[in-house]
Amino acid sequence: MLRALPGGLRLVGRRTINAVWRLGSASRFMGLVMLRSGLSFRRFHLTIDELHFAGVLSLIIIIVSGLFVGLVLGLQGYETLKRYGSAEAVGTLVALALVRELGPVVAALLFASRAGSAMTAELGIMKSTEQLSAMEMMAVDPFARVISPMFWGGFLSMPLLAAIFSVMGIFGGYLITVVIIGVDSGAFWSQMQSSVDLRDDIVNGVIKSVVFGAAVTAIALFEGYDAPPTAEGVSHAVTRTVVTSALAVLALDFVLTAFMFTGV
Amino acid sequence: MAFPRGKVIAIMGGSGTGKTTVLRLIGGQLKPDGGEVRVDANPVRDMSHAELYAMRRKMGMLFQFGALFTDLSVFDNVAFPLREHTRLPESMIRDLVLMKLNAVGLRGAQALKPAELSGGMARRVALARAIALDPMLIMYDEPFTGLDPISVGIIGNLIRRLNDALGATSIIVTHDVQESLKIEDYVYFLSGGHVVAEGTPQQVIQTTEPFVHQFVHGEADGPVPFHYGAPAFGEDLGIGR
Repeated sequence: MLRALPGGLRLVGRRTINAVWRLGSASRFMGLVMLRSGLSFRRFHLTIDELHFAGVLSLIIIIVSGLFVGLVLGLQGYETLKRYGSAEAVGTLVALALVRELGPVVAALLFASRAGSAMTAELGIMKSTEQLSAMEMMAVDPFARVISPMFWGGFLSMPLLAAIFSVMGIFGGYLITVVIIGVDSGAFWSQMQSSVDLRDDIVNGVIKSVVFGAAVTAIALFEGYDAPPTAEGVSHAVTRTVVTSALAVLALDFVLTAFMFTGV
Repeated sequence: MAFPRGKVIAIMGGSGTGKTTVLRLIGGQLKPDGGEVRVDANPVRDMSHAELYAMRRKMGMLFQFGALFTDLSVFDNVAFPLREHTRLPESMIRDLVLMKLNAVGLRGAQALKPAELSGGMARRVALARAIALDPMLIMYDEPFTGLDPISVGIIGNLIRRLNDALGATSIIVTHDVQESLKIEDYVYFLSGGHVVAEGTPQQVIQTTEPFVHQFVHGEADGPVPFHYGAPAFGEDLGIGR
C-alpha cells in the first residue's frame, strides 16, 4: 500500500520522520548534557579551557567585525540623519542598533561560523577516531568530561562576545562620526546616554545573546556528536552547524524582538 | 564463550562477523538482544550507569588505531585515567606513567604528541594507557592491523608479557593468524555471528574444519566464497547461461 504513494509524498513522509527522530535525539542529547553538567562546575578549569577555545579565540574576528560594522553604521546613519538636521543623534542610532539587534545577532552568526564549526569538527573527529569510545571504556563519561564543559564554555562566551562586539561597534561609530567627520562629541555621548535604557535595551540585548549562545552551542555539539564517523560525515555536520545556527539565530531574533520591543 | 583469568584468548573471523561487537558487549557499550554477558560473575546488562563505570575501571581497551587524545602529549595520555580516577599526587602519577611507558619501551617519547608517533608507537602508547590502572581484563581490537612486522612482533610480545605480569585476562580480536597463534592460549572462530570453532593454537593448526582451515591457511576460496553473490557470469555478459 505504501508503495502506491507518489514518490514526492513518500519523500516528505520520510523526511518528516527523520526530522522528528533527530529532534528526539537532540532533546535526549541536551538532557544528558544538563544532567552531567556537575563536573563542569566542580572542575571549573574544564569550562575555563572551553571558554578560552570558544571565546578568547573568537575575539579577533568579533573585535574587527564589530569595529567595521560600527564604522559603516556611523557613516550611513550620519548621511541619513544629516538630511533632517539631526546628525547629533547618530550616537543614539549606532548604540540602539548595536545593543538591541546587531550586537547579539551578528556576534552569534560569527560565533557559529568560528567557534560553532570548530566545536562540531572537534567532537566529530573525536567520535570518528574513537576517542569518545576510548573515554567511555576508561570509565570517563564523555558527556561530563568533554561535552558539558564545551556547552557551558560556549554558553558563557556568547554574551561576553556580543558585549565586546557592541562596544567595538560604538567605538567605530564614534571614530567615524566624531573623530573623522566632526560631529560634536558631547552630543554624541549625551544623546546616547539619554536614549539607551538599561532594562529595555541593554538587558534585552544580553538576554538575546544568552539565548543565541545556548542555541548555537547546542546545535554545534549535537551535530558533532551525531556526525557519521567519516571525513564526509564530519564535513557535512560542520556545514549543517553553520546553516542551522544562522537560521535558528534569525528566527529566534524575530520571536524575541516581537516579545521584547513591540509589546506582542 | 568463556575467558578465564590469566589467559590470552583470541577471537578470529572474517570482517563483519561480530568480533568487535563481542568486545563492545563485554564493555557494556552495546546491550545484547539475547543471551547474557557476565564480567567477574556480574551480568553487564543489569548494571546501572554507575556500576557499569565501576566495572570499566577494572578494564583496559586498546582500540584499532590507538584512539589517543590528539590534543594531549604521550605522557598526558597515559596519565589521563590516573588523573581521572585517583587522587594521587602529581609526583606519584609521574612515576607511574614513566613505569608504564618504560614497559612499552616509549619512556623517551613522553613529550611527543600523537601526530608525531608512528602507527606502532601510537598502539604502544595506547597499550600503556590501557594498563595504567592495572586492569583485570584487557581487550585488544585488531592490535596488529597496519603495522610493520617488527611492530607486530613487539605488540604481540607486549600483550603476552603484560598479561602475565598483571595476572590479567586478555581478549584479542584479530585477523593476524600467525602472530596471534604464537601468544594466545585459546582461540574462538566466529562466522555469521556464531562460534564455528574453538581450541588451543595447536588444535587450530591441525584442524580439518573447513572454515578454520581456510582462515588459518589464507585460502582464497572455500566456505567463505571468493565471489560475492551474483547472477551467472554468462548471463551478466549477455551470452546466456
